[in-house]
Amino acid sequence: MMLVWLILIPFIGGLLCWQFERLGDTAPRWIALGTMGLELLLTLWLWWGGDFQLPEIAGAQASQWVLEFRAPWIPRFGIDIHLALDGLSLILIALTGFLGVLAVVCSWKEIIGRVGFFHLNLLWILGGVVGVFLAIDLFLFFFFWELMLVPMYFLIALWGHSGTQGKTRIGAATKFFIYTQASGLLMLVAILGLAFAHHAATGIYSFSYDDLRNAPISDELAMWLMLGFFIAFAVKLPVVPLHGWLPDAHAQAPTAGSVDLAGILLKTAAYGMLRFTLPLFPEASQAFAPVAMTLGLVGIFYGALMACGQQDIKRLIAYTSISHMGFVLIGIYAGTQLALQGVVVLMVAHAFSAAGLFIMSGQIYERLHTRDMTQMGGLWGRLGSLPGFSLCFVAASLGMPGTANFIGEFMVLFGTFPIAPWVVAIASVGLVLAAIYSLFLMQRVYYGPAKSDEPLEGLDHREYVMLLGILALVLFFGLYPQPLLETSGAAMHEIQRLFTDPALTTTILPTGAS
Amino acid sequence: MMELSMSLLLPLTFLLPLAGTLILSLSNGRLGECASATVGVTSMGLAAIVTVLIALQYIAEPQAYGVTLWRWISVEDFQPSIGLALDGLSLTMLGIITGVGFLIHLFAAWYMQGEEGITRFYAYMNLFVFSMVLLVLGDNLLLLFFGWEGVGLCSYLLIGYYYEHSANGWAAFKAFIVTRTGDVFLAIGMFLLFFELGTLDIAEILRRAPEVWAEGDPTVELAALLMLGGAVGKSAQLPLHTWLADAMAGPTPVSALIHAATMVTAGVYLIARMNGIFLLAPDILELTGIIGALTLLMAGFAALAQTDIKRVLAYSTMSQIGYMFLALGAGAFDAAIFHLMTHAFFKALLFLSAGAVIVSCHHEQDMRRLGGLWRQLPLAYAGFIVGGSALAALPLVSAGFYSKDEILWQQLASGHGGLLLAGMVGAFLTSLYTVRLIILTFHGKPKSDNARNAEAGRGLVHGVPLIVLAVLSTFLGAWIDPPLENLLPAPAEGEESWHLVLELVAAGVAIAGIAVAAWLYLRRRGWLAKHTSMGWGAWLWTFWNHAWGIDELYDRVLVKPYRGLVRILRRDVIDGACNLFAKLAWLLHQGLSRTQTGKLRFYATSMVAGATLILLALALMP
Repeated sequence: MMLVWLILIPFIGGLLCWQFERLGDTAPRWIALGTMGLELLLTLWLWWGGDFQLPEIAGAQASQWVLEFRAPWIPRFGIDIHLALDGLSLILIALTGFLGVLAVVCSWKEIIGRVGFFHLNLLWILGGVVGVFLAIDLFLFFFFWELMLVPMYFLIALWGHSGTQGKTRIGAATKFFIYTQASGLLMLVAILGLAFAHHAATGIYSFSYDDLRNAPISDELAMWLMLGFFIAFAVKLPVVPLHGWLPDAHAQAPTAGSVDLAGILLKTAAYGMLRFTLPLFPEASQAFAPVAMTLGLVGIFYGALMACGQQDIKRLIAYTSISHMGFVLIGIYAGTQLALQGVVVLMVAHAFSAAGLFIMSGQIYERLHTRDMTQMGGLWGRLGSLPGFSLCFVAASLGMPGTANFIGEFMVLFGTFPIAPWVVAIASVGLVLAAIYSLFLMQRVYYGPAKSDEPLEGLDHREYVMLLGILALVLFFGLYPQPLLETSGAAMHEIQRLFTDPALTTTILPTGAS
Repeated sequence: MMELSMSLLLPLTFLLPLAGTLILSLSNGRLGECASATVGVTSMGLAAIVTVLIALQYIAEPQAYGVTLWRWISVEDFQPSIGLALDGLSLTMLGIITGVGFLIHLFAAWYMQGEEGITRFYAYMNLFVFSMVLLVLGDNLLLLFFGWEGVGLCSYLLIGYYYEHSANGWAAFKAFIVTRTGDVFLAIGMFLLFFELGTLDIAEILRRAPEVWAEGDPTVELAALLMLGGAVGKSAQLPLHTWLADAMAGPTPVSALIHAATMVTAGVYLIARMNGIFLLAPDILELTGIIGALTLLMAGFAALAQTDIKRVLAYSTMSQIGYMFLALGAGAFDAAIFHLMTHAFFKALLFLSAGAVIVSCHHEQDMRRLGGLWRQLPLAYAGFIVGGSALAALPLVSAGFYSKDEILWQQLASGHGGLLLAGMVGAFLTSLYTVRLIILTFHGKPKSDNARNAEAGRGLVHGVPLIVLAVLSTFLGAWIDPPLENLLPAPAEGEESWHLVLELVAAGVAIAGIAVAAWLYLRRRGWLAKHTSMGWGAWLWTFWNHAWGIDELYDRVLVKPYRGLVRILRRDVIDGACNLFAKLAWLLHQGLSRTQTGKLRFYATSMVAGATLILLALALMP
């Protein structure tokens, strides 16, 4: 039941925000903050009390989950409300809760119109995301997958900025919606195909993860279905060449939207690959891995090159996300325990660093009313402690040791090296490009002569605490990533086992005390 | 008891500077100039005292000490720890970092007075020391890499310290990118070593490597080559040396600490630390020596044609690190570390003296506008004389003589005739540019108002570091014997009788260089000026002034194509291609909406036309 509450809390909170708008603008903010705080606390409580060690009992599929909830929904087609939690989903839900709090706090002063409805949308996105992380009935998963798009559309369309080069927020929102909707439909087709194949073989309709994982399907069909899932997730991750919506959506979204988009919406794609693509179609994924890794490399380089050419600071950060997600893709398809664990750390780390950078650009925008970097320059001495924070997040983004991003990236690279040494060697060049675009940002925004002597407002307490909080987490997980690794270890081990050794679908081999 | 105090002392060496950084950066601008300097210098002073205690303990009981603070990452057999290891090599480095580092921090308190953002300055400096200590104490490659990247970041921040000038930012940018290119090689080397040996622990790697690989195995050669790539980037050797001269944009104490005494020698440390790998890869070791020789010659000629005091010193640093690489290439690891130590003393002295000159002359650092300063700035002049004689390896009295002599001797002993010759030519060049530097700065007539109105620095903060470093740069400094016995592989043994001959020749070369330079720059200045301003002389001057045009080459081959690529892609070509679908849909929409004219006549006509077409099609169908 706990799992249902995890999903319901944001939805209920959203409705409350909407209704309590009539009490003034502050009421929805506090309600939203309370809701997300509660969500975060519940998750942390689960984390504290849960046992995420490797399951000991061989063969028992149920032991994969720490918590499970199951209730029939559409029994005729075997569709259940089937929620389950393991270490991976727990980490990502905790991340959702944390970024939810950040999103509320960072829009405290930025959003001034229709505050209640804004928070309704914000919380519903988060509710949908939590649903995505918990659902293991494929139909339910698809339901939540689509559900999180709609409020995001409104968030961009109603509270976004109309940006440079004649790009409008409505255009960006529409583009976002069409990309994700079209790819979602592909996934629906793949889900239905899988369910029908399962029905054809066994005579039972089922959308359950465990049933479908063992569905006997031909290799060719498996490849096509796998591609359906992969493309849906590839659009969301995003993988070049399906990334077109991301820079526009980021550039036009309000800060809170960007924080959620980069921080958790992109992570749903990586989660989907880890949870569904690899375990459902291990052989097909294995065969597809070289292509996926190549796409990852293309993403790293293309994203980095594009980032260098941007003038809009938010577009720059958006392209860096594409570059970082290339590492995630490579790590996922390398499929070793080390690489997969690295992917988890990198997802969390990127969520923090991207959130930090987007909040930073939001704060610059609030002070200068521009996101064009050619209008900036020489801000080092004018913004109080913001440059220091920016520097730290930029350093995190370029993978400086001591930050969680370093741990993630290097674990991915170390873990991929035995599988594909050349991919690692080429991807490592991406580290230089990461340095180039990151320092480009620093150079253009902070170095050079000041454009005006007029003092700008420094950070207030809200902003300072927010940035310090993110930074503390980035550094903490950079120096001691073990809590993450231990929590996700069993889940990643399961995925790695299914992926690299498809023959063993029912037994868990003891692999020593690792 | 011993172990206990060591496990307390070792972490303190980096925790103290870190504490300094944290205090300064969390103060949020509330600390004044004096308070900031006090925090920065005190934390370093305490770290230096801790180092002394460690050294005393190590001397009492020389053995390898290890402290594991916590397990950093633990996944399967990937188990790097936050662990420190102390042996003679890291102790030597630690002594240089905290000892020389403290003196430079102290001097910086004088140098930076009245500058904006002292808090920021000391926060970076302390952070640098923190990273550098981690680099030399880390017991595994990943932690070493932590320090390795950390010093790179601090170097970036400090080069770009004067942020108002974009040029400084770009210099910092360049330094970071070029060294990171080297770092990537090191990273791939780490991946390879972990894959092959299953560990990142340095002692373990050195133990397992000979078991896994035979001498000259291609894999170990590759691993050594990758590590060499990292070392070359950090130590500003060919072909990744281009950043160091531009790095002089930072405040002079930064140049003394980072770009002379400590960070740039990290590459030498890395190779000495991983000696087991390099000994298994004789070809790469040979390559190390050749890179050193080429760099020392290239930088020696370039130093001759510089006009900025700091750039002369920068090229001379490159050239001196070239000597260290030369020693490494001959397998004389202890000679390389010995030269690293003496170089840290005398180059820090030279940079601090240059700093004294620069501040005294109101931030004038072009030698063409200095001159005649020896009377006004006696302390800086003395610093230059002592440091310069060590740099030029003046026989018997200077520290540099003993360390450089050792390197040259090892070339002879290991049978590297060509490299020995390069070292000799380099020694001659060193004498030339050193004398030129001193004469142009301190002798003749002052050539600008800034030089005429020079005001000598005063106070203990200014004087003590210069005097201590000057003492260390004489033969007294060469008496400090780095505790490297039984730690590094023994170099080749040579015929001892040749050693004396070599010493005499080397001394002769150094003195000849000094004499020639003195004669040229004191007596034949006009002749020199004439020949460097026209014809071949002018061409050569420009060529060397631009350090053999390598910067321009990289600009053409790498930077411009990259920028071009970025410019081509700026509009997101792939996204544009995807948008074609949207364009197509829009065109169809446009086309079809044309048919919605609202005119009855048009509708009737098109209906009839359509019906006719269908009927025709039906009729013609077989």
